Amino acid sequence: MEISRRTFLKLSGLGLLGLLGAPVIDVLAKTDRARVARAPGALTAKRWALVVDMRKCWENGKGTCRDCILACHREHNVPDIPEEKEQVRWIWTEPYENAFPEQGHQIGAALSGKPFLVLCNHCSDPPCVRVCPTRATFKREDGIVMMDYHRCIGCRYCMAACPYGARSFNFTDPRPFINSVNPAYPTRERGVVEKCNFCEERLAAGSPPACAAACRYGALVFGDLEDPGSAVREILRTRYTIRRKPELGTRPNIYYVVG
Amino acid sequence: MYDSGKILAGLAIFAMLITFPVWYHLGKATPPPEPDLDTPAIAQLAQKECVEPTDYMRASHMELLKQWRDWVVRDGKRIYVGQDGKQYVMSLEDTCLKCHSNKARFCDQCHNYVRVQPNCWNCHVVPEEGGR
Repeated sequence: MEISRRTFLKLSGLGLLGLLGAPVIDVLAKTDRARVARAPGALTAKRWALVVDMRKCWENGKGTCRDCILACHREHNVPDIPEEKEQVRWIWTEPYENAFPEQGHQIGAALSGKPFLVLCNHCSDPPCVRVCPTRATFKREDGIVMMDYHRCIGCRYCMAACPYGARSFNFTDPRPFINSVNPAYPTRERGVVEKCNFCEERLAAGSPPACAAACRYGALVFGDLEDPGSAVREILRTRYTIRRKPELGTRPNIYYVVG
Repeated sequence: MYDSGKILAGLAIFAMLITFPVWYHLGKATPPPEPDLDTPAIAQLAQKECVEPTDYMRASHMELLKQWRDWVVRDGKRIYVGQDGKQYVMSLEDTCLKCHSNKARFCDQCHNYVRVQPNCWNCHVVPEEGGR
């Protein structure tokens, strides 16, 4: 049988199409049901944010209330190390001048020296993520800047990059410095960097962050910044808020009510 | 040939020393470990099954744990759907160790036998050794 050039081209075209189709069919055949999922009750958001009303904190807490700090540190097995240079902190207080060094002129003397609650700002443009060579620090889609301790090699680039000092390095084995270990959450080991994770493990189980839940006076409000009806947006609409070091362009997602 | 006696004797001693581990353990094979499944949680299970079939878990639990780790930490997904369609929370402490609470007799036995030292326990907390 003689085969014309036209038939030959048609047939080889079909053959090529078939070859191209094979991997597609392969992939489709392999996509079985999703084997992992989010828990049904998990809290989700487009961009998580926290608003801290320091006035409520000072007026009600009288400067000695440490509920949020204790709740956070207990929940996440943060060690209590006496040696100052080796301390590990997820949430702590800083005097106004240290927390907001370039903004003194805005508020005046009223806030001078007052303690401000500070933690990882979960920046929208986090410098720590940019510098991490192993991608141990990464930003999730919902805005949480996460640490994957399995990948951390302890190079501390992130600590150098973070303009807020929100990261701690484990110089020693933290276990002996944890009073009562919370078995539901891992501890860390010597040689990794750690920081606040916005309680992503609690969000996944449907509860708000430990600090916000522990505050008796409602000074810490947690919510979705992209949701116009959320409590954080309501506060941002009605109150005067500031963020830490806005001049650096990291766009923090922690807001402070100061007026 | 000078000192051939001394050289040969020395060689013989050397050969004996270097093969010492082989003949010392000759015929004394270390029995393979038998992981202990006797814990209260497992005893209560109607069907004694892990999140995946035993053969798969025996050969590939480390692969599975590594995948779990990435799904939980990096993708934020915590529910695992096993081959049987059942759902499990992906957690070393809350899922694996709740059943296998006898770490020493379940995990360590095999890990010691094959001389692997997983560093999971540097961070993950071993619950109070329960079992039996």
